[in-house]
Amino acid sequence: MSTIDIAVVDYGMGNLRSVSKALEHVATTKNVVVTSKPEDVAKASRVVFPGQGAMPDCIRELDARGLRGAVLEAAQNKPFLGICIGLQMLFEQSEEGNAAGLGLFKGGVKRFAHADMVDSQGEKLKVPHMGWNQVYQCQHAEAKAHALWQGIEDGARFYYVHSYYVQPADESIIEGYSDYPKRFTCAIAKDNLFAVQFHPEKSANAGLQLLSNFVNWSPS
Amino acid sequence: MGLAKRIIPCLDVTNGRVVKGVNFLELRDAGDPVEIARRYDEQGADELTFLDITASSDNRGLILHIIEEVASQVFIPLTVGGGVREVEDVRRLLNAGADKVSINTTAVLNPKVVQDAAAKFGSQCIVVAIDAKKVDNQPFEWEVFTHGGRKATGLDAVKWAEYMVSLGAGELLVTSMDRDGTKIGFNNPLNKAISNAVEVPIIASGGVGNLQHLVDGVKEGGADAVLAASIFHYGEYTVKQAKDYMAQHGIEIRR
Repeated sequence: MSTIDIAVVDYGMGNLRSVSKALEHVATTKNVVVTSKPEDVAKASRVVFPGQGAMPDCIRELDARGLRGAVLEAAQNKPFLGICIGLQMLFEQSEEGNAAGLGLFKGGVKRFAHADMVDSQGEKLKVPHMGWNQVYQCQHAEAKAHALWQGIEDGARFYYVHSYYVQPADESIIEGYSDYPKRFTCAIAKDNLFAVQFHPEKSANAGLQLLSNFVNWSPS
Repeated sequence: MGLAKRIIPCLDVTNGRVVKGVNFLELRDAGDPVEIARRYDEQGADELTFLDITASSDNRGLILHIIEEVASQVFIPLTVGGGVREVEDVRRLLNAGADKVSINTTAVLNPKVVQDAAAKFGSQCIVVAIDAKKVDNQPFEWEVFTHGGRKATGLDAVKWAEYMVSLGAGELLVTSMDRDGTKIGFNNPLNKAISNAVEVPIIASGGVGNLQHLVDGVKEGGADAVLAASIFHYGEYTVKQAKDYMAQHGIEIRR
């Protein structure tokens, strides 16, 4: 059996081609596999957990393929990158369809509140939050910015498309935030896991840098 | 600082080449799509839109091939439209590497395609394109046209926009047929009316002749993104020049 360097978890939701193409672009010598098999996720050295669409459907499709256990296992034991719904699913509960998530992290997933969606000039802000927004990196007291921010300017713009965002109960896992118009969490990390709300695979050079950092990441 | 306004070069593709017409007619060759896409990405384009403007079954494979090639080299969002008739077409385009699919005539003929595609793939990848024209013979100001602008529908463009969003459209691409190819600027009252009526982002399209038109599209038309073709294809302006100009006029853009 061939080895799998990077498994992109496919649970039938959305377009994974962008994610795998971008990974192949930054990791030309690595074997990138898009897979819906739990055993592939289990044997891969690194796992990317993307997501598009509605969270209740994503959870349902994940379970339909028997992937829940393999994803949870990978999220706690090997370099793991969650993207978009792949970040949101790691939490306990989402306002979207009142769905239960995988519950790896305490906290919920909230929708941008209609009443808040006005900018400083009084202009209406649209939902979904779609386009390029600035990402600010968190520097925790003990260390410099996270290894996955390496080579990326603080405040660099990444491409977003989403109507929901995560609210971690434990703020120490927050690694990045954006403003729309209020501050929301766009990146979290714990041990071997990093997860982002924006789409690195669609974020030009900043996104490719983050993916490259992930491919070369050795979590301590 | 927050979300940047987007600049989206639009590539009208037919028979594997990028072309540009005036008022939907008189097509001129503007080059190789992959080469052009790569150039715009390097200039800092925020997104690219490909419209398959002939979209007959015989060149359908061609656009899929182009999208596949672009998607493996250009890592910004790609929208593809033209000739999308059923949910299966949406799936094929997404699988080829499109991030969003734009639906126009089919949305009018069979709105359920918009609803089903949004339910299946998520609203984030469903763009409804609205071609609108100012009319005098209706109780409303702008009417929706289909079939590349040839067929009147009797639909009020603003009400139609609201309906499409209610079915799951995640973004609207609003083209003024009166302005398309004229270089006299976007139809800002039309764009503003639609932008005010819906919660989702709108892309202004049709009529850009200079960089001030892009600024006006955002400031007067309330557009979240501005789409242009000919000013970029023929080298009149680069995307970077457009961004510099917008930034000088107080619009937040991505550098």
